[in-house]
Amino acid sequence: MTTVATGLSQLDLLEAESIHVMREVAAEFERPALLFSGGKDSIVMLHLASKAFWPARIPFPLVHVDTGHNFDEVLAFRDRRVAELGARLVVARVQDDIDAGRVREVPGGLRNPLQTTTLLRAIEEGRYDAVFGGARRDEEKARAKERFFSFRDAFGQWDPKNQRPELWNLYNGRHARGEHIRVFPLSNWTELDVWRYIAREGIEVPAIYFAHEREVFERDGMLLGVTPHSLPREGETVSTRVVRYRTVGDASCTGAVSSPARTPAEVVEEVAVTRLTERGATRADDRASEAAMEDRKKEGYF
Amino acid sequence: MVDLLRFATAGSVDDGKSTLIGRLLYDSKSVFQDQLESVERTSADRGDDYTNLALLTDGLRAEREQGITIDVAYRYFSTPVRSFIVADTPGHVQYTRNMVTGASTADLALVLVDARKGVIEQTRRHAALSGLLRVPHVVLAVNKMDLVGFDQSVFDAIVKDFADLADEVGLTDVTAIPMAALPGDNVVHRSAAMPWYDGPALLEHLEQVHVERDHGETRPARFPVQYVIRPMSTERPDYRGYAGTVASGTLRVGDHVLVLPSGRRTTVAGIDTADGELQQAVARQAVTVRLAHELDVSRGDLLAAADAPPQTLSVLEATVCWMADTPLRPGAPVLVKHTTRTVKASVSALHDRLDVTTLARGPVDELGLNDIGRVSLRTASPLAVDPYAEDRTTGAFLIVDAVTGTTLGAGMID
Repeated sequence: MTTVATGLSQLDLLEAESIHVMREVAAEFERPALLFSGGKDSIVMLHLASKAFWPARIPFPLVHVDTGHNFDEVLAFRDRRVAELGARLVVARVQDDIDAGRVREVPGGLRNPLQTTTLLRAIEEGRYDAVFGGARRDEEKARAKERFFSFRDAFGQWDPKNQRPELWNLYNGRHARGEHIRVFPLSNWTELDVWRYIAREGIEVPAIYFAHEREVFERDGMLLGVTPHSLPREGETVSTRVVRYRTVGDASCTGAVSSPARTPAEVVEEVAVTRLTERGATRADDRASEAAMEDRKKEGYF
Repeated sequence: MVDLLRFATAGSVDDGKSTLIGRLLYDSKSVFQDQLESVERTSADRGDDYTNLALLTDGLRAEREQGITIDVAYRYFSTPVRSFIVADTPGHVQYTRNMVTGASTADLALVLVDARKGVIEQTRRHAALSGLLRVPHVVLAVNKMDLVGFDQSVFDAIVKDFADLADEVGLTDVTAIPMAALPGDNVVHRSAAMPWYDGPALLEHLEQVHVERDHGETRPARFPVQYVIRPMSTERPDYRGYAGTVASGTLRVGDHVLVLPSGRRTTVAGIDTADGELQQAVARQAVTVRLAHELDVSRGDLLAAADAPPQTLSVLEATVCWMADTPLRPGAPVLVKHTTRTVKASVSALHDRLDVTTLARGPVDELGLNDIGRVSLRTASPLAVDPYAEDRTTGAFLIVDAVTGTTLGAGMID
């Protein structure tokens, strides 16, 4: 097929920018890795990576930091997609760090905060010098401060007051042994861009992103699905509702939203008019304090 | 079809930049309910008697404590006409480098002036930086008009002062808008308080400003090679493509190109993407190029239109914004990162420093943090460069500390 490029749309520009960033990393780093959770942002990253290096394979492994509190549909999707692409998947389990006594389960069962230890262990064991994350600046105010290339010291820490200036499309990935760079190719994408791109490219995502019937109960204004990792407490009533997920994280702290959207196009319509951010609507871990994300990122969270 | 505008804010501390961005987001209905509730809650907790919209962008703990912006925050919003990426940059002199960071990718700079104070040193600094970085469009936002009684003569005097400054620093397209960000006059909605002003509100202007020709589509082709793609698969045992992003101009199949710095000549045999072959690729497109001849081409090489190539130089004359605490002194060994090539270099001479208050240039021994000056750099191997005034990609470079790896400065080739 031969196409003649005319004007570039906003999605074309975002795609090109992300591909440029991925190629920079592949060219300049010894051991990059891509964080892949099976969520929509990392699925889009994987799609962009397969385009960036086409017709060659993606030249780095995928790493899944597995909290052990997954949605079954997402794990099945993850394994199928990895096999299709012929990519290499490394799974780092939070459970292993709990068993080894490196982290302790917190009351309430939230495992998201524990991920940082497992992520840093995976980076150290894999000797990764660059790690791609699907974080977007529109998600959260601390993430709005991120560079495309985010320097992390030997302890994986982010210092938001002392970031490298990042000019033009010149990215500085210099670091000493033991330090690494987090790379965020989707920095300039919004949730709506991601869904418009999924619709345009026909990218497959796990079914839980679309409307389905699920047993849910309400807690702190969020709809939590009934799973082995999120069970109703006394006084919380379970009902069957038509819901979908806007983010797919740890099942213990990720809420669903009431939604009839069954296709990417319907999700685009819904996201275009929503009055709630995806994190505000559905992520309990960001509600802990005004600076919950900043504090976790300083520790090494992505 | 360009429906994306990137703009950067610039202004002094307390000129109301974050408030203006907050107001822009709020009045264009781009603030989400949970974000607004969070800001309302925090404003109330702090005892503010109004909803402090600046808290929408000042997200770091330290920023909220001090009520200032420390680092660039990127914000995203859209209207039915256009999408916007906003780099909300700090006004504090100490964080000038972060303003440069935001402005380097901006189509437009929004320079804020407090109507009560007029053009001050920081305004001159921001105008000078916008000029140096060749930000194509500038909006002079004369803010806090409510605090000067919406007086037209105050606005006119500031516009006149800034026009003189704009000439001096080479700003070509300046639009001045009187506004009051806190109550929202002329931000999204035209103000009834200033009937003497008949121009657009800020958002209308941002929607209309014409940016197509700013991205070098009409310039000679430049294509820095980023990465060599060699699948070595059974289907494509001999495939060899050069991946990169078109920096400027248009690259077409059949074009004669030079491979720089070696100077060998070849033609474009094909332009590939994962979605199929293209006949041409334009500036900002990420593609993979196949060449007609088997040449030694690798990352760091530049493919350039054979009839209009850049200069290949190992001595660069450039203007540098210094961004490090350790001063720049002649003789210092550094690394220069230019397009996809990083080379050893040394600063062979420091010619002058720009005094941003007077805009005069004078001799100095060193450049300190946030200083701007002209230098000569000698590079260990030649670079294919264009003047920054002609090409914001092939004319720009970073200066990197060879030992610590930190970014020391930003350079623009004269």
